[in-house]
Amino acid sequence: MEQAELRQWERKCVQEEVPQCVAACPLHVDARTFCSLMAQRRWDKAWQVLAKTLPLPGVLARLCDGPCKAACVRKEAGGSIEMDRLERFCAETAKPVAPPQPLPKRGKSVAVVGDGLTALCATWEMARRGFDVTLHCSVPGGLLPALPEGVLERELENLVKLGAAIEDGVDLTVEAIDELMDENDAVFVDGEFWTAHLSEVGEPDALTLGTQRVGLFAGPKGETSAVLLAAAGRRAANSVERFTQGVSMVTGRELEGPYETRLYTSLAKVESVPPVVVDGMYTEENGRDEAGRCLQCECMECVKHCEYLKHYKFYPKVYARQIYNNESIVMGTRQANSMINSCMLCGLCETLCPEDFSMADVCLEARRTMVESDTMPPSAHEFALRDMAFANGEKCVLARHAPGLDQSEYLFFPGCQLTASNPDSVQAAYADLRKQLGSVGLLLHCCGAPAEWSGRQALMDETVSDLRKEWEALGGPKIIAACPTCLKTLHEYLPDAEVVSHWAILRALGLPTDTARDCGSMAINDPCAARHNAMLREDVRALLEQVGVIVEEPEMTGETAQCCGYGGLLSEANPELGRAVAERRAAEMAEDWVTYCVMCRDMIAKTGKRAVHIYDLLYPQDVDAGARPSPGYSLRRENRSHLRERLLAELWQENGALAVEPYESIAVSFTAEASVLMEERRILKSDVQKVFLNMQKSRRRFVSRENGHFLTSFRPVVVTYWVEFSEQGEGYLVHNVWSHRMKVREVLS
Amino acid sequence: MSVIKVPEADAAGWKCATCDEELVSRPVELEYLDSLFNVELPTCPKCGMVLIPENLALGKMNQVEHLLEDK
Repeated sequence: MEQAELRQWERKCVQEEVPQCVAACPLHVDARTFCSLMAQRRWDKAWQVLAKTLPLPGVLARLCDGPCKAACVRKEAGGSIEMDRLERFCAETAKPVAPPQPLPKRGKSVAVVGDGLTALCATWEMARRGFDVTLHCSVPGGLLPALPEGVLERELENLVKLGAAIEDGVDLTVEAIDELMDENDAVFVDGEFWTAHLSEVGEPDALTLGTQRVGLFAGPKGETSAVLLAAAGRRAANSVERFTQGVSMVTGRELEGPYETRLYTSLAKVESVPPVVVDGMYTEENGRDEAGRCLQCECMECVKHCEYLKHYKFYPKVYARQIYNNESIVMGTRQANSMINSCMLCGLCETLCPEDFSMADVCLEARRTMVESDTMPPSAHEFALRDMAFANGEKCVLARHAPGLDQSEYLFFPGCQLTASNPDSVQAAYADLRKQLGSVGLLLHCCGAPAEWSGRQALMDETVSDLRKEWEALGGPKIIAACPTCLKTLHEYLPDAEVVSHWAILRALGLPTDTARDCGSMAINDPCAARHNAMLREDVRALLEQVGVIVEEPEMTGETAQCCGYGGLLSEANPELGRAVAERRAAEMAEDWVTYCVMCRDMIAKTGKRAVHIYDLLYPQDVDAGARPSPGYSLRRENRSHLRERLLAELWQENGALAVEPYESIAVSFTAEASVLMEERRILKSDVQKVFLNMQKSRRRFVSRENGHFLTSFRPVVVTYWVEFSEQGEGYLVHNVWSHRMKVREVLS
Repeated sequence: MSVIKVPEADAAGWKCATCDEELVSRPVELEYLDSLFNVELPTCPKCGMVLIPENLALGKMNQVEHLLEDK
């Protein structure tokens, strides 16, 4: 990722943008933090938040007219937060604080002239910044509205503590200004004084408050809002600072007054709560409750709905930076690898984001970079890619015209996971398609999605090129795909092929004869690959209706469907998180799930929740489909290769059996515990058989004194497998299995 | 290179069935992704067969593998 790309991604994520109230406040008081502290009755801390930003906080907190209320997001859900009342309550309740520490002296002198709030605030702001500032006035703050006794006096004392001088009782005249101009580096006169005496220097510029006289700044005319008068004082201080430094008076001042913010906060699920209504001052409970209505505005739209984004504790802007940093590491640990490999690439965040931030794009690109730079952790996707290689190997691939035909109008492409999970329904589906359409060829092959998801572009291109060859050799027929991911992948990588979903075909042709009937209410799970395919989703719903399913839509459905945890190979790279994602999805509905992606079906089934694939309804087999367990990794392989052999034998009268590898004839069985561990630890039956074959040659094994079990190991390629077993007739009963990637080189003497 | 000793490297009742020998701790050179470690592991003193116990493979060894993969 280039730095410019990082900046673009960072800009898209609005989570760190300022809240509407802060942007709308002319002084940018952190009202969100203030309300959070007030809601916790931490009055003193809340006061510190105000005092950090407000000049003469005791005065201003009591005079603030709350312009933030017009922008408050709570406005639409009961009414804006009564920020002005909260400020006054806090001013009365909290312990006063000392004025801030001023910056070191600048050696520049400024005169401020006037009896109004702008003059006072300008004096405060400039004193804070280290100017030698003197306030010339008849009565300091003489034009302010009445305040509780002692409030103004205390802040005037603070003004002096900040280093400002106050000269009161001054007769303010135009001549006096000329003198002050001679004696100081800059002069600021507040709006009232300017209006009365100085109109010949022209109206002050709105942005800089500069006048036609260089070095003379003036407050706006006729302003009555206290907080806007104070903001003018701050603007004047900013201008004087720029003026005395000799830098541009105009650039980069967009954020000084109220401005627009891009922070998005959804009001979905926010209950309407009206403001606390009381006559006079709040009680402590009133203050707490009113502040407690604050929504603590943030975006988090994507994080709220994604277990993965939530798991890593931050939000996309931070993740983009972590991924950028991950790529920059030369020596040291790349801490974001696991985060990059855990994204489901499902596209939900992009759909929900007000600015279309796509973690999928960021993470997939990062994976590709990792593969190219040889920094992809080998263990992340190896198992899944081995499975893909098996699905695309001689034991599984099958490309044929329909029996007895030498051309195909259509080509049935069920995908490698449907054949792995539900081969009988695939066989029935193929028979149905031939019955209804005639010349339907068959292609058993993987679409390459695991290669794509793992960032291996070269492998993806190779896979698609093989696919293309098979398809072209069959005369380039129209492809009927039965897997939403295959459908999406084929559309993208085989753009010249006409690809339709099996469900669109069925919707047009009518249901097969022996479908399930009257299935009752079921919760529909749209797979992530159907997110941007409304027609596909509609076809499936129409078919479900025809077989008597009453479709219940979960909250997140259609375009906003949540991933099952398999997408992007999450369940391979981070099995624990994959399971958490599946459990969250599964638990969302009380009904049995129905879906049209077999990986969604198997991921949900693995959590113990009942789920069926639409094939279970269209081409039912003689089982309780909802309770059918997800086949394990080894069985998935066997299902694929047996399907190929069976179809070759039954439809084409060919013997598809391949030469049996020596290890395949070794008889192994597994205890129930070992079967679970095989899945958890991603060890295949064929791996175990290879271990035994090796042992039969080497005779090397350990024996347990405790239970007589044997233990042996073998490293076929890059993983060493350990198998604890007992002998059982001609074969072996496996009690335990484990593996590691580290290799034993030699025993040192 | 110093030899690392780990508590998980325990023979846990296994002995070499081939040689009928009790296992002894021996320094063993392990390799992953171009990194080498010398670790004391239960080994048959006669044939040199090395045992990697389950909790070592799935615990510390797995952690180190991941650490090296992220380097």
